Amino acid sequence: MNSIIIAVVILGGIAFVAAIVLFVCSKKFAVFEDPRIARVNELLPGANCGGCGFAGCNAMAEALVKESDKGSIEGISCPVGGAEVMSQVANLLGMTVANGEPQVAVIRCNGTCENRPRISQYVGLRTCAAMNACGAGETACGYGCLGCGDCVNACQFDALHMNEETGLPEVDENKCVTCGACVKACPRHIIELRKKGPKNRRVFVSCVNRDKGAIAMKACKSACIGCGKCAKECQFEAITIEENLSYIDFTKCRLCKKCVAICPTKAIQAVNFPLPKNTEVKKEVEA
Amino acid sequence: MKIKTFSIGGIHPDENKLTHEVPTQSAPLPTQAIFPLSQHIGAPAKPVVKKGDFVKVGTLIAEAGGFVSAPIYSSVSGIVLKIDTAIDATGYRKPAIFINVEGDEWEPSIDRTEKLELVKDHPELTPEEIVNRIKLGGVTGMGGAGFPTFIKLCPPPKAKAECVIINAVECEPYITADYRLMMEHSDEILVGLELLMKAAKVTRGYIGIEINKPAAIKLLKQKCNEVFCNSDYKVEVVPLQQRYPQGGEKQLVDAVIGRQVPAPPAIPVNVGAIVQNVGTAYAVYEAVMKHKPLIERYTTVTGKKLSKPANYLVRIGTPMLQLIDLCGGMPEDDNKVLAGGPMMGKALTSTEVPICKGTNAVTILSGDEARRRTPAPCIRCAKCVSACPMGLEPYLLAKLSAFKEWERAERNDIVSCIECGSCQFTCPAHRPLLDNIRLGKSTVMGIIKSRQIK
Repeated sequence: MNSIIIAVVILGGIAFVAAIVLFVCSKKFAVFEDPRIARVNELLPGANCGGCGFAGCNAMAEALVKESDKGSIEGISCPVGGAEVMSQVANLLGMTVANGEPQVAVIRCNGTCENRPRISQYVGLRTCAAMNACGAGETACGYGCLGCGDCVNACQFDALHMNEETGLPEVDENKCVTCGACVKACPRHIIELRKKGPKNRRVFVSCVNRDKGAIAMKACKSACIGCGKCAKECQFEAITIEENLSYIDFTKCRLCKKCVAICPTKAIQAVNFPLPKNTEVKKEVEA
Repeated sequence: MKIKTFSIGGIHPDENKLTHEVPTQSAPLPTQAIFPLSQHIGAPAKPVVKKGDFVKVGTLIAEAGGFVSAPIYSSVSGIVLKIDTAIDATGYRKPAIFINVEGDEWEPSIDRTEKLELVKDHPELTPEEIVNRIKLGGVTGMGGAGFPTFIKLCPPPKAKAECVIINAVECEPYITADYRLMMEHSDEILVGLELLMKAAKVTRGYIGIEINKPAAIKLLKQKCNEVFCNSDYKVEVVPLQQRYPQGGEKQLVDAVIGRQVPAPPAIPVNVGAIVQNVGTAYAVYEAVMKHKPLIERYTTVTGKKLSKPANYLVRIGTPMLQLIDLCGGMPEDDNKVLAGGPMMGKALTSTEVPICKGTNAVTILSGDEARRRTPAPCIRCAKCVSACPMGLEPYLLAKLSAFKEWERAERNDIVSCIECGSCQFTCPAHRPLLDNIRLGKSTVMGIIKSRQIK
């Protein structure tokens, strides 16, 4: 009986001393973490995709709280949650946030099997990065899509799929959250995040070939040959030609589609427009 | 006596030296020569000619674009057609100078006689003067990598050169260009070696040759005894056991003088050795003694299905297709055309690619020889580990690269990989080891570089 009492007293004493030490330590060495960080983190989607430019959702929450103390959270946005999540975050932090226009990943290559003949056979490791390191790939175009699907593997949101018929990846507009993982994964820098556009309608140059016209044309029927017709046609100065390649600035483009009509190689594409009826196109311009 | 070789790893692929006893012929002049501006490691050369200019053989057409760079001279006479882009051995279009050939008019400064010039007859050749002439002659490593030769002769401040090793190993299957050069121009090579030793201020020289070339070993031993018997220079011909990749600088230093070069950024001169290819020694002789810049080279055109594989003395800038046609034309069916040999060569997507300073061979493999077998799962046999001449663990590096574990790959010395392909050659499961490692290596090197800039 006696030994039980002794044991209880000794253990109780140790526990009491340890409790005091722990209490003192927790007060003295406490690290203050802003409780708002945890609350912001709860609002974020938790995908840790890195699309915002930070290491993960928690890092973004920390950055948001830090910037809100400075007075503005402009420039930080969650591509996955979009405007909805950002407005919730802004409410929580007592900030206002300008809603950026929704974007979507765009594949700037139209080198389908039909447009771009295969001139050689690649037998190594089937990833775009490995093929890119070995040379121009199976076609004569040293700029276009290699078709091994590094972007498809990089997408965590199941928004990219390979079209077996064309050999090119396709973006599922409803699933794409513009995290930019595919943009980084593509060794040829074909994928670009562009404005989603009203009713998902977009006009873009579906080519990144910087070779001279004749060489580009030989490699791919649908290549941009840098002829400059589109730039002349455009009334809004949205089109620039650099290194034999046309580029449409989506902040200036008004979707009039005149460039689409005039492009001799059909390198400029218009997507999600209704079937061509002249009257409707005019309405679009007026709107 | 045990024949020397390097201490770890290595493989012995089938030699297939089809053209060993085929004497070198001069290839006819091309109708159009193409000179890519990046034929060497380092900054691309800068063109100094413009469209319509008339150039002679040996006219400077592009000057060095930086310290690590080399000038390019025209190998033909004719009119500059354009400065445009051309597909080179990397598979991409790069800036290049196109020259339409007219006649064969040489710069008068080039000595075209056969007379053998000796170092002792030219007291004006100080080490600095030799290095300068090599630099001006646009001489780069002729074994494939194409590092400007003069830089190797100016070691970094802390390193001190003790010997020059001539790389006459030619361990790569199929290629015989260096062997033919040794058999046909041994005197010039030895003068070139003497010039290299004088420039590097050393007195010891070695010539490493694999024992599958007994005639070359015998010939060079005999010539060395004649040339260097009463001289301050001590030159030794070292026969080496056949083993790939003995022609790698680090392996050769290990094999010949038994010293191990540490991991990058260390280079052979850190252990006292300057390694130069035998073709480079010949080019050095011509640049210094004959004032002839690097405009021609020995190239083997080979392949089992070619009707007449041969060795050619070819003007730099000649399109490969022309050489293939000389050897009986492109074989039928699908072929893999390589700039270089089957182990280190670069697969080409176009036969319009010109012969560059570093193109030691054009190898044509039939589709069946070149096709890879389907990879199977790794069976952990560790054959790749035994084969790696750098003492790395290829199976691990390949896995780390595939999973993008760059930091672990760096800790496991991925940058030491010399991309010899021994691991992939030996893998019984046909795994794409080198494909993955090469990707990982370039990524890790990029990471290291960006860290240094910070």
